[in-house]
Amino acid sequence: MNARKDSEPNPTKNRTTVEPKSEREIVVRRTFDAPARIVFQAWTTPALFKRWWVPKSMPLALLSYEADIRTGGGYRLVFDVDGTKTMAFFGKYIEVTPHSRIVWTNDESGEDGAVTTVTLEEAGDKTLMVLHELYRSKEVRDAALASGAYDGMGETFEQLDEVLVTLRA
Amino acid sequence: MVHHSSARLDASFAALSDATRRGVLEQLGRADASITELAEKFHMTLTGMKKHVGVLERAGLVATEKVGRVRTCKLGPSRLSAETAWIEGYRQLWSSRFEELDKIIEELKRKENVR
Repeated sequence: MNARKDSEPNPTKNRTTVEPKSEREIVVRRTFDAPARIVFQAWTTPALFKRWWVPKSMPLALLSYEADIRTGGGYRLVFDVDGTKTMAFFGKYIEVTPHSRIVWTNDESGEDGAVTTVTLEEAGDKTLMVLHELYRSKEVRDAALASGAYDGMGETFEQLDEVLVTLRA
Repeated sequence: MVHHSSARLDASFAALSDATRRGVLEQLGRADASITELAEKFHMTLTGMKKHVGVLERAGLVATEKVGRVRTCKLGPSRLSAETAWIEGYRQLWSSRFEELDKIIEELKRKENVR
């Protein structure tokens, strides 16, 4: 028997929810056990951001991350994919309001990039984060979805991986 | 590129915009179930679950079949729903990011308390 209760589900664990909203939007919600300024600090300090943005399960290594996190500033992330190629993601910050709101563009897909809005709202000693992605058009969102819609399972999941990678918020 | 009719995608998205309906799909991904079983599992009335299943069925995400007096539900025709798979993959991506973020936030909180 394991004395440490690692496997016990934590009843207070915060869940991430994802909901399609209108035909052009997707909304992600998550609560954090900290005041908004701490969550904001973890989002906007490059050294910290680098530590959580790339899930360990993904076949990606972050080569570099440069960001000027203020209204009008920009960012650029460069990844190594499977050790075979590099991918860059970049965009501009439309709005950065300390502790409450960050809005940025995703320009790597040209005109088709989504606009991502993160809002932080304090409730007691917790913070509700709402991340909202707005696609430029219904067609773009549909294309993103449809690209995973093949019957060949192996191919489907490879494409799903690609979609997830290119949909980096 | 597989061509989707927009109407079908819209119906799928409307169907997926409800947490119970997403749960029903996850459940049916594991095993077929009767409406009664689903209603019990999600603590709903039979009528409420029938409505949800109806929405999913119209979107082509679920297929039902009446055997005797029991209506069995399974995942919709011919394929894993691309929309569901996509949304679930997307949720997992954010979920794993935010678990890492939790750790960093705890560190930051500890540092503040030390000062």
